[in-house]
Amino acid sequence: MSRIPSAQDVKRGVQGSVVWRSIFRPGSIYRGDHRDTSRERALAAMNNVLYHLHPVKVKRHGLKLSYTYCLGGSSFFLFIVLTITGIFLMFFYTPAAGTGTELAYADMQQLTTSVPFGELVRNMHRWSAHLMVLTTFLHMARVFYHGAYKPPREFNWVVGVILLLLTLLLAFTGYLLPWDQLALWAIVVGADIAGFTPVFGEEVRFLLLGGAEVGPDTLLRWYVLHVLALPFVLTIFLAVHFWRIRKDGGISGPL
Amino acid sequence: MADDAPIDQQVYDELIAQGKSERVALAKARAAALRQQRQGAPQGSEADDRAQGGVPAAGGETGGRDAPASGPSPGAEAAPAGQERVRQALATQGAAATGSGGAAAGAGADGPAAPGEPARRRLGLTTPPGIQTIKGKQEDKVYTWPHLISSEFVALLSILAFLLVFSSLVDAPLQELANPTESPNPAKAPWYFLGLQELLLYFHPMVAGVTLPGAIITGLIALPYLDRNPSQRPENRRTALTIYTLFLVFWATLTITGSFFRGPGLNWVWPWVDGIWFNL
Ligand code: HEM
Repeated sequence: MSRIPSAQDVKRGVQGSVVWRSIFRPGSIYRGDHRDTSRERALAAMNNVLYHLHPVKVKRHGLKLSYTYCLGGSSFFLFIVLTITGIFLMFFYTPAAGTGTELAYADMQQLTTSVPFGELVRNMHRWSAHLMVLTTFLHMARVFYHGAYKPPREFNWVVGVILLLLTLLLAFTGYLLPWDQLALWAIVVGADIAGFTPVFGEEVRFLLLGGAEVGPDTLLRWYVLHVLALPFVLTIFLAVHFWRIRKDGGISGPL
Repeated sequence: MADDAPIDQQVYDELIAQGKSERVALAKARAAALRQQRQGAPQGSEADDRAQGGVPAAGGETGGRDAPASGPSPGAEAAPAGQERVRQALATQGAAATGSGGAAAGAGADGPAAPGEPARRRLGLTTPPGIQTIKGKQEDKVYTWPHLISSEFVALLSILAFLLVFSSLVDAPLQELANPTESPNPAKAPWYFLGLQELLLYFHPMVAGVTLPGAIITGLIALPYLDRNPSQRPENRRTALTIYTLFLVFWATLTITGSFFRGPGLNWVWPWVDGIWFNL
């Protein structure tokens, strides 16, 4: 009779297995042979898809909260929260607003009353959206005050402005979806402003609303923009933004 | 930038005589000195190219291309003796390169400068154009793992905790079903557009709704190309900081006014007297 393997043996066996070692690459703290050395810290950044967003080393001053206030990072994290909560909401929402069949509104009511965690998730989505607009604004201000748009970072600032506009558009298109009085009239006001575009005013307004007035077609149009088109474009610009941060030599400064 | 950067004394004195402040005079004199230095250098834009070329460590000194890439020996030599030997080598090399047979006599006369250039390159004493010289500055850096990752994780958890608590306490609004025939009073845009809506009360819609926002967006996009001041230090950027701060204050004032000081009919209200008409 061989003895019963101890917990240690099991751990060693699992961590030594081909499968485990194929998932956790060198540098990972979950490997049995992990040692906290410079080499392994570098490998951790190089071999992990999440850390791979970052370079192996970063400037020390960039770590201080008082340098970035983590505003760009927070905007990004809020975008992730919005994506996850948004996918949840999509399971319970129909973008229909025909007279008498306003499913959009009915679904919002249902969500808050009869879906587990429905109200909480809706609240999180709503507040994250407002917060993301705010953090993105503040991020822009912090970048300005650090002069971080100066060569070689000019183009990344331009990408940033596009990100800000996309963020505003995402927030605004989402505002219509509950199809309540608040949503409808905010969009009427917004669309009227866009209607003052010189020469093409009427056309711009028509394009935005999918008709002469805010109606079911507007809802469908903004729904598609909100859940698919704009997040897709934003993601692409985010990729460019992050890529440029690295290629421009990491975070700017120290001042 | 270093405080001991060379300055153009003449420019400095002139500006001081004109009654400019010392800070301005110093900055302009430094810029003048730098310009002169640049004019002397073979390619003024080289430093610029290097900074933009995506070499992370670039952006060090702006001096000429004085780094020997793989010189045979002179790097380690004391300067005068080494230079002398190089000059001799260049002279003979140059002669060999230009005059394939017996025209060696001319080489001494016009010096190694003109015919010597290709030879220099062959000797590896100058960097061929198109190859970037990487001069890494020693930087104070730390490992991303664990330093940056752990602070990011803390930030992430804080935001998540805040969101969870706030969302448990405060519900997102859901008013009555949309009704296109019954307009609420006041009808307000979301808060991030309330600055715009406030502007519309003062100006023609073409100006407030289109021209001004268009100008702001264009201005923001063009900003890095308009502001050519290379310094990142606040004390050198007073104009830019003032303009941007004024802009922020202006916009924040409009937004706050539109949010809290406008009631029915978009008429002025005092929020602590008449109440607040504001929805998120
Ligand atoms: C969706 C919105 C945005 C996200 C998620 C985002 C994300 C980030 C992140 C994570 C960083 C790293 C440093 C930091 O956290 O501050 C960064 C840097 C930067 N961002 Fe953004 N950003 C956004 C919008 C903007 C906007 C609106 C601007 C300016 C108009 C901008 C311009 C820049 C620049 C120039 C840098 C480099 C800063 C430096 O090197 O110090 N970004 N961004």
